[in-house]
Amino acid sequence: MAYESYVLVCGGTACCSGGGTTVVEAFKKELEAAGLKDKVQVVVTGCLGFCEQGPIVKILPQGTFYVQVKAEDVKEIVAEHLVKGRVVQRLCYDPEQAKKLVAEANIPFYQKQYRIVLRNCGIIDPEKIEDYIARDGYKAIEKVLFEMTPEQVVEEILKSGLRGRGGAGFPTGMKWKFAQQQPKGQKYMVCNADEGDPGAYMDRSTLEGDPHSILEAMTIAGYAIGASKGFIYIRAEYPLAIERLQIAIKQAHELGLLGDDILGSGFSFDIELRFGAGAFVCGEETALLQSIEGNRGMPKPRPPFPAVKGLWGRPTVINNVETLANIPVIINKGADWFNKIGTATTKGTKVFALTGKVNNSGLIEVPMGTTLREIIFDIGGGIRGGHQFKAAQTGGPSGGIIPPQFLDTPIDYESLAKIGSIMGSGGLIVMDETDCVVDIAKFYLDFTVDESCGKCAPCRIGGRKLLNYLNKITDGRGTEDDIKQLEAISDAMCKASLCGLGQTASNPVKSTLKYFMDEYMEHIKDKKCRAGKCSKLIQYKIDPAKCKGCTMCARKCPAAAISGTVKQPHAIDQTKCIKCGQCEQTCKFGAISHG
Amino acid sequence: MAKLTLEDLRRLRGEKQKAMEMRDASNKDVQVIVGMGTCGIAAGAKDTFTALVNAISDKGLTNVLIRQTGCMGLCHSEPTVEVVVPGMPTVIYGNVDAATAKDVVEKHIVGHQLIDDKILDRPSIDIVKEA
Repeated sequence: MAYESYVLVCGGTACCSGGGTTVVEAFKKELEAAGLKDKVQVVVTGCLGFCEQGPIVKILPQGTFYVQVKAEDVKEIVAEHLVKGRVVQRLCYDPEQAKKLVAEANIPFYQKQYRIVLRNCGIIDPEKIEDYIARDGYKAIEKVLFEMTPEQVVEEILKSGLRGRGGAGFPTGMKWKFAQQQPKGQKYMVCNADEGDPGAYMDRSTLEGDPHSILEAMTIAGYAIGASKGFIYIRAEYPLAIERLQIAIKQAHELGLLGDDILGSGFSFDIELRFGAGAFVCGEETALLQSIEGNRGMPKPRPPFPAVKGLWGRPTVINNVETLANIPVIINKGADWFNKIGTATTKGTKVFALTGKVNNSGLIEVPMGTTLREIIFDIGGGIRGGHQFKAAQTGGPSGGIIPPQFLDTPIDYESLAKIGSIMGSGGLIVMDETDCVVDIAKFYLDFTVDESCGKCAPCRIGGRKLLNYLNKITDGRGTEDDIKQLEAISDAMCKASLCGLGQTASNPVKSTLKYFMDEYMEHIKDKKCRAGKCSKLIQYKIDPAKCKGCTMCARKCPAAAISGTVKQPHAIDQTKCIKCGQCEQTCKFGAISHG
Repeated sequence: MAKLTLEDLRRLRGEKQKAMEMRDASNKDVQVIVGMGTCGIAAGAKDTFTALVNAISDKGLTNVLIRQTGCMGLCHSEPTVEVVVPGMPTVIYGNVDAATAKDVVEKHIVGHQLIDDKILDRPSIDIVKEA
C-alpha cells in the first residue's frame, strides 16, 4: 500500500533539542486520529541545515516548508494541509511572503548555495560522456569553434570578470590575453590540479564528479590562446580523479571532441596528464612547469611570466581546476550573466570545502559576497556539540584566521585580504573554543617548513625560526621578546621570499598575533593554554580533600609519577608527569583536574 | 563510436537530454544513484553499491537502474544514495551502509515507504537548469 504524502521532520541535533522529537510523536498521534495513518508516512531526516529556524517540517510531494513547528501546531497542519490540502500560512518561512514562499526552492536559505562549478557534481555519472553532453556539455565548444574568433573568446572571459580560483585572484582573461598576444608558434595550456592545502578537496571533487568540464574548458582556452597541446598536472594521491580523467580523455578522443580537427572545425587540441609526487610547492606555477619538464619542482623568479615564457620556454597559460570549470558556463550563458553574480570586485561563485567543528561538513558553492556567518551557521548547520565559534581559517597554510567580529564580512578576494587572510583555494576550517590558536599556527608552520623547497633563504630559514619560536611558546619557555621576533621574521619572509609559499607562510602567525595576542601572552606569562591543547602547559593536580587514597590513579599512571599510601591523599610529581590524562579519566571521585 | 560532426553532437545531446528528463533508460523507471567520489568511497560507498546490487537481484527487480555519480556535497553523511521512484518524491539518503541499502530496496523501492532517520536534502537547487 503506497503512501500519498510524506511528512519529513528534521532530526538534526538542534531541531531535536528544540522539540523536534515531540513534533514527530504529535504527527503520529494526529494522523492516527485523522485516519491517515496508512496514507501519510512520518519520517525523521538528517539535518536540513536550517537550524536557526528549527524544528523544521517538510511535507512531500508538495515540498511545503514549515519552520519553528511546535507540537501544538501539528493538529492544524494535519487538519488543514494533509486533510484539506491548504497550506498553513502562519508556519511557513517568512509569513509576510508566505503566499509566494511556500516551496523550499523559494526559501532564501536554499538559494545561498549557487552551483556553477559543481553544476554536474552529484548529478551525472562522471564516467559517461553522454551524461555530460546531455547537460549542455561540449555546447560551449560548438559555440567557440564555429561562432567566435579567439579574440572574442578572450574578450568574453575578460568581460566576465572571472579571476583565478587557485588563490591569488589574477584575472583569467588577462592571462589568456597575454598568451594570445605572443607570436604564433607552439603554446601550451596547463591545468593546475595540484591541490595541496590541508583540508581542501574542491578540485578533487570537481575532477571526480565532472571531468569533462575541465577537458572542454582547456580546449576552449587552447583555441583562445592558440595552443594545440594541454597538460593536466595532477597529484598522484588522487587516483580516482586520475582514473576518471583518463576515461574522459579516451571518450572525448573517440567522439572527436579531442584530437585532430575537432568536430570538423580544423582546430586540433590534445591533453595529457602529468602526475605530481605531492610536493606542495609544485602548486606554484613556475615550480609546476619545472616539474612537468622533468626537473625538480622549484620556483623561478618572475618575470618572465609563464604567459610569455613558460613550459619549455613557450607561452603557457596555467589555470586552476575551479577556474576552468567556470569557463564553459560563461561561454554558454555569456559574460553579462556571470557578471551579475558576486561582488563589485569579485564575480561568480566560490567552492569551499567546509570542515572542522561544524555540523554539516561538506562541499559547498556560494556566490561571492556571501558572509562567513551564512556559510558556517546556515549552510554548515552551526558549531558541533553546542560549542562556541572561535575562528575560521581560510586559505590553508597561506591564509589567516578570521575571528568572530568578522563573521559578517562579505567574502571576496579584497575583503579577506583586508582582514589578514586570503581566499586561497577554498579550504575553510571552523574552530571552536577547544582549539588553541598558537597550536594552529604551529600546525601550519610545521606544514610549510616541511614543504619549503629550500631554494631561497627567507623561506627555508625564516620558516624554521618561526616554528622554533612557536614551539618555545607552547612548551612554556616563551618570552615577550619572542613575539617581536615572530613579527620581524614574518615581515622579512613576506618581503623577501621567492614565491608565494614563502611570501604567505607567515600569514597564520601574523593573523593569530593580530587577533589573539592575549592567548599568546597567556602562554608566555601565565604558562597557560586555555584550550588545553598545549600539553606541556597542562598541570594535573589531585585535590587532597576529594582523594580517597584508592590508588587507582597511581596504578594507571604509565610514568609512575603518582605516589601516596593507601587511604591517604596522593600527589603527582610534576617532573615525571607526561600529561597523558589517564589519571583524570580513571579517578572515580573527581579529585583530579587539569588547568 | 565514430568521430562526431557538429550535427552529430547536437543530435546526441537532444537524445540524451530527453532520456535524462524521462529518467528512463531502457525501461528502467526506478533509479538509484550512489555518490562515488573519494569521500563516498572512503565512507564505504563500494559496499553500499554491492549491497544494492545484491538486494535488487534477490528481489528479482528488473526495472531498477543503479548509477554512480560524484560528490553531492554532503560529505558529513556519506555514503549518499539518491532514489528516484515514479510517484514518490525524489529523496537523498545519507549514511547508507549495507543494511540501509537493503532497506532502500525493500522498503523504499518495493514497499514505497521512506526510511526513517536517513533522509537528507539536496544541498541546493540546481540553478543552472533553471536560469
